[in-house]
Amino acid sequence: MTDDHQNLALVLFSVFILATLGITTWAGRNRQGSAEEFYAGGRLFSPMENGFAIAGDYMSAASFLGISGLIALYGYDGLLYSVGFLVAWLVVLLLVAELVRNCGRFTLADVVAARMRERPVRIAAGASSVTVSVLYLVAQMVGAGSLVALLLGGTGGLAQAWTVIGVGALMVIYVSLGGMRATTWIQIVKAVLLMCGAVALTVLVLVRFHGDFDHLLRTAAERSGHGGDFLAPGLRYGGDWTARFDFISLGLALVLGTAGLPHILSRFYTVPTARAARRSVVWSIGLIGGFYLMTIVLGFGAAAIVGSREVRDSNAAGNTAVPLLAGDLGGGLDSTGGTVLFAVVAAIAFATILAVVAGITLASSASVAHDLYVSLRREGAKQRSEVAVARVAAAGIGAVAIGLALLVRDLNVAFLVGLAFAVAASANLPVLLYSLFWRRFNTRGAVWSVYGGLLPALLLVALSPVVSGSGSSMFPGLDFQLFPLENPGLVSIPLGFLAGWLGTVTSPEQADEDKHAETEVRSLTGAGAV
Amino acid sequence: MDKHDGSEAGQIRLDDPWQDAPAVGWAGTDATADRPVPVPGPGGSPERSAASVYREVQQSAAFQEVRGRYRRFVVPAVIGFLLWYVAYVVAATTVPELMARPVIGVVNIAMFAGLGQFLTTFLLTWAYARHARLRRDRAALELRWDTQELTRGITK
Repeated sequence: MTDDHQNLALVLFSVFILATLGITTWAGRNRQGSAEEFYAGGRLFSPMENGFAIAGDYMSAASFLGISGLIALYGYDGLLYSVGFLVAWLVVLLLVAELVRNCGRFTLADVVAARMRERPVRIAAGASSVTVSVLYLVAQMVGAGSLVALLLGGTGGLAQAWTVIGVGALMVIYVSLGGMRATTWIQIVKAVLLMCGAVALTVLVLVRFHGDFDHLLRTAAERSGHGGDFLAPGLRYGGDWTARFDFISLGLALVLGTAGLPHILSRFYTVPTARAARRSVVWSIGLIGGFYLMTIVLGFGAAAIVGSREVRDSNAAGNTAVPLLAGDLGGGLDSTGGTVLFAVVAAIAFATILAVVAGITLASSASVAHDLYVSLRREGAKQRSEVAVARVAAAGIGAVAIGLALLVRDLNVAFLVGLAFAVAASANLPVLLYSLFWRRFNTRGAVWSVYGGLLPALLLVALSPVVSGSGSSMFPGLDFQLFPLENPGLVSIPLGFLAGWLGTVTSPEQADEDKHAETEVRSLTGAGAV
Repeated sequence: MDKHDGSEAGQIRLDDPWQDAPAVGWAGTDATADRPVPVPGPGGSPERSAASVYREVQQSAAFQEVRGRYRRFVVPAVIGFLLWYVAYVVAATTVPELMARPVIGVVNIAMFAGLGQFLTTFLLTWAYARHARLRRDRAALELRWDTQELTRGITK
């Protein structure tokens, strides 16, 4: 790492930060602080804009750096992530996007609470949305800290800590000043930057191998040190049955979690109609699918050009594979071309993290203000505007996430993201699907379904080898590990569905047929949608 | 906002390459397209409640048709792609030897299955968007106007 890299990367970081702050000021000018404006950006984005913004929200640093890094280290097993992350969008497209756009206003709880006694359902759905968001947020900020510290050559914990605090402070500024409109434009800019960066690198890799994919794979397999095994499954998730079940659990969480992520659901409210929501998802599937196809080329390219050993030497988790690849493609880290490409890729990764963090903060502040605050405030208490509460909530969530991220900064980023997906799939997806499609679903079912997914997911993680009982756990000294898998999805997702069913059939309350008729008609036709 | 729905869709389609030009004639929707729910005079009769309107629309043949078309496409599609994905994940972890068998050059079955997942995702996305556009959108929009016409002026 030379000074040139650091200086150029720092300049590019600063340019991006200034540009995004400019967007925030521009988007926030002359705007009244209405809830419609703050949570949904006025609902007038076009499907293409929203499609880019969704892609921007979804393609986190874990995808760009994490997946390519995993492929560079473990070959084929890294590719399984890309597949899961993409196929998940079919659940969103077919079952969730249009119906949620038609039924809700700002949050997941809007959709569920419409049919039920509002207060308990809103509190449950709000609490689980905030939990999922905070987990996801911590993952991104831990990633930002280690990435920036690494790229800038800051090896000590101090650089990492300041990065986490800086990223947290920036996201609070974006969200509380700019609301959904600024956040959406930041996502769009970031998505365009990320796609351009990925396309440029992919083209350079393919040119290096004269467009011969087979040659690329053979070279990657040779230089990985694993030979043919590199191109087949099992390098990372093979071995004993615990590892295999862990992988199936992760696969399930990935494919079912996306549809329960609060910051993805809230994006559908920024377009005017369900048709527009559908087209946004079609756009984003095109962008995300193309992007993940490119990460495959980049991952194998990093193995072939940089070499797996060099990637591992730089960062044991493989997170720096893509920046290293960029340096090599530019002509080596000593050359000008290599320096520039390296710094550009680092800046894009930084922009990615910043944008994703802003999107999640906005969604969770909406859950706090629109669901929790409105349900929990005392009768007769002074009425504060919901948006004012949301702005304060963004700062509060920022503070909590900064604190947690500093605490767990040595945890693996991919694991944290997998955990957020598992909790989203266990707590949010069952209640959402039941309220959209099950006639008999009632209040107790909804509440049980949320807590019945959320609590087991969190409990199983606390009892897993991630927290205690092995050398790489959070508390290596203690051992209260009872659950063998690292990802709770395989158990907690079925539990969430089971609890929802059990709560519904044991409740004396009859489902409100009128409300169900209303939900069904509204969800499929858009009648009365805001 | 509501009343601009149709024109909004028209404008956006211009710069949207994922969207084909609208089909002429709306084959298949003609039976239900004209007037799905009987609309009384403006404002509806005073004693009706919003709930009864929604119940009535839900029972109407036009709505049942829209719901049926949605479910007949979505249920098999969801079962299909979930099974295909789970089979892929389980196969990768339980029979890696089979998945490692080369097909063309060094590209093996596992690689083809992975790229196949991408391909089926894109195809299903296209098929769903097309089905919704040709078979549902028009009828759903009619129902939306009629329902809103019926619920207009009714406070819940």
